[in-house]
Amino acid sequence: MATLEIRDLHVSVGAGEDAKEILRGVDLTVKAGETHAIMGPNGSGKSTLAYAIAGHPKYTVTSGTVTLDGEDVLEMSVDERARAGLFLAMQYPVEVPGVSVSNFLRSAVTAVRGEAPKLRVFAKETKAAMDALSIDPAFAQRSLNEGFSGGEKKRHEILQLEMLKPKIAVLDETDSGLDVDALKVVSEGINRFHDGDPETGVLLITHYTRILRYVKPDFVHVFAGGRIVEQGGPELADQLESEGYEKYVKAGASA
Amino acid sequence: MGLDTRPLSTLHEKASYEVADFEVPTGREEEWRFTPLRRLKGLHNGTADASGKVISEIETPAEIKVETVGRDDERLGKAFVPSDRVSAQAWTSFTEATVVTVPQEVEASAPVVIRRHGEDASGAAYGHTTVIVEPFAKATVVLSHRGSALYAENVEFVVGDSASLSVISLQDWADDAVHVGRQHAKLGRDARFTSHNISLGGDLVRISPSVEYAERGGDAELYGVYFADGGQHLEHRLLVDHAVATCRSRVDYRGALQDQDAHAVWIGDVIIRAEAEGTDTYELNRNLVLTDGTRVDSVPNLEILTGEVAGAGHASASGRLDDEHLFYLQARGIPFDQARRMVVRGFLGQLVDRIQVEEVREKVAAAIEAELDRAPAPETEPAR
Repeated sequence: MATLEIRDLHVSVGAGEDAKEILRGVDLTVKAGETHAIMGPNGSGKSTLAYAIAGHPKYTVTSGTVTLDGEDVLEMSVDERARAGLFLAMQYPVEVPGVSVSNFLRSAVTAVRGEAPKLRVFAKETKAAMDALSIDPAFAQRSLNEGFSGGEKKRHEILQLEMLKPKIAVLDETDSGLDVDALKVVSEGINRFHDGDPETGVLLITHYTRILRYVKPDFVHVFAGGRIVEQGGPELADQLESEGYEKYVKAGASA
Repeated sequence: MGLDTRPLSTLHEKASYEVADFEVPTGREEEWRFTPLRRLKGLHNGTADASGKVISEIETPAEIKVETVGRDDERLGKAFVPSDRVSAQAWTSFTEATVVTVPQEVEASAPVVIRRHGEDASGAAYGHTTVIVEPFAKATVVLSHRGSALYAENVEFVVGDSASLSVISLQDWADDAVHVGRQHAKLGRDARFTSHNISLGGDLVRISPSVEYAERGGDAELYGVYFADGGQHLEHRLLVDHAVATCRSRVDYRGALQDQDAHAVWIGDVIIRAEAEGTDTYELNRNLVLTDGTRVDSVPNLEILTGEVAGAGHASASGRLDDEHLFYLQARGIPFDQARRMVVRGFLGQLVDRIQVEEVREKVAAAIEAELDRAPAPETEPAR
C-alpha cells in the first residue's frame, strides 16, 4: 500500500547567507486511498512543499525525511522520484519549444512504465484520455504548453496524471485560474485517477475551497508559516471558507 | 571595376571585384574581428596555394538546366559584387562555375542537388555558383559540402519576378576543412527566397548570406542551424538590405555549442533604407550552451533610415539549457540525459522541420543526433 511519509521537513531556498528557510518542520502522511487537502494563504510555503517533494533544484532540504513506501525519496533524482510513483501537477507548467505533446507523453509513459507502449495502443489510449478531458486532439502535435491557455495547461497536467498513473499525486493549485466548467473537467479527471485505483493517494494544494466541492478530501491541513498548523476533516475546509486564514496567519507570524 | 560608388550604409562599407581594393585583414576590422585569421590558411592574404580541388557532383531534374562554364560566361557576377577580400579572391581565382537555370514558369519536379566534395585541405580551391530562377518559376537547390577542403566561394541567387527559390546549404565538412562562403540573393518583384544554412562540420566555416531586393514585394526567410563542437569555429554573417519599399525578411538562426573552444559567431545586419517604406523585418539568434569552455558572439544590428516601417525587430539570446525545462521533463520520469536531448532537439528541430526536402531534413536530424551522442558527460545533474 502506497504511503508518502514526510517527517520534520525543513527546506530553504538560496545558498549561504542568502538562504531563507521556507518549510519549518512539516509532518504529513498520505496513504493510498486518501485525499489530503493542504490549504493556506499565499506565501505560506505550500508550493515549496510540492516542489521539494518533486526535487526541484531550487529548493534545498536542510533536515527531515521524505519516504515513499519506506524508500528515501530525498536520495532520488527528479526522474527517479517520478518513476518511483510520485507526480507533481505544476501550478505553472513551463513551455518547452519544439518538444511536441505526443513525443513528450510517449517519452514520459515509456520512462515511467519501463517499456515503450505499442504505437497503436498508445495512440488509442492518448486519444481516449484527451477526449475525457475535452482536449482537442490537435494538441498532440503542438509544442509542450506553448501557447496553451491557463485552462489548457491544467487539463494537460491532469492528462499526464491519468496516463502516468502515479502512486501519490501532488496537485499544486491545479484549480487556480480555471472557470467553473474547466474546474469540473479537471476535478473529474482527478477523481477518475483516484477512484480508479485504490492504491493511489492525492495531496491537493489549494488556496480556495471551491475545488473541494468536486474533489472530496478525507483530511484538511492548514498551512501557515512553513508548517501545518491545524488538521481536521472536510469540515475544516468549510470553516476556512467562512473565516479565512487570518487567525492562522497571525499565529504563524508569531511562531 | 573599381569601388562601388553607390551610397552605402555603415553596415555595408565597400564592394569590389578587385582583391587589391581590400586591405589584407589584420583581425582588428569589425568584419574580421571574430574570425581566427591564422586558421584561414592564407585565403585572406593571398598566400594560399591554389592547388586544392573540390569535386562537384550534380543531380537535377530534366526541366532544369545545369551547366559548367568558364570564367568568361557573361551570366556570372551579375547579381553581386564581392564585399570582402576572401570573396574577391574567390571571384578572381575560380576556374569553372556552375550555372543553374530554372526556365520561366517551370515548377521543378525535384530539387537540384549539388554535392561539393574535397579530398585535401592543404591547397585552396575556389568556386562560383550562379542560380537563376526565371519569372514565375519555382525550384529547390541543395548545396552539400563534405570532405576536406580549403574552400572559398561565391554563390549568387537571381530570383526573378514572382519566382520562388528554396536553398539548403549543408556544411557537413570533415574536421580539417575551412570554408568561406558568400551567398547573395537578388530578389525580383514579389519573389520569394528561403534559405537554410546548416553548419555542422569543419574546422572553420564562415558563411555570409545576403539579400538584396531589386523590386517591391520580395520576401526572404533565412534560417540557420549550427552545432559547434570543441575547437570548431562556425560563423554566420547575415545582411538583409531593404532598399525598396514593401519587402519582408525573417531571420532565425539557432545553434548549440559543446566542449572546449567551440565558437559560434552570428552577425545579423539589417538595413532599412530611406526609400524602403513598409518594410517588415525580424531577426533572431539563439544559442544553447551545453558545456563550459564555449564562446558565442551574437551581434544583431538594425539600421533604420525611414520612419515608415511595417515592423522591425531583432532579438538575440544565448544561454544554458533552462533548468525549468529539464525539471519538467524529469518530473515526468524522463532521465536527465534524455530530457536534455529532447530540449536541444526541440530547440533546433523547429528550424529543421522547416526544411522541405525530406531526405535532407532526415539527414540533418540524424546529424544532430550524432552531435548529441558525442556530447560529453552532462556538466552536473541539477542538485537534488
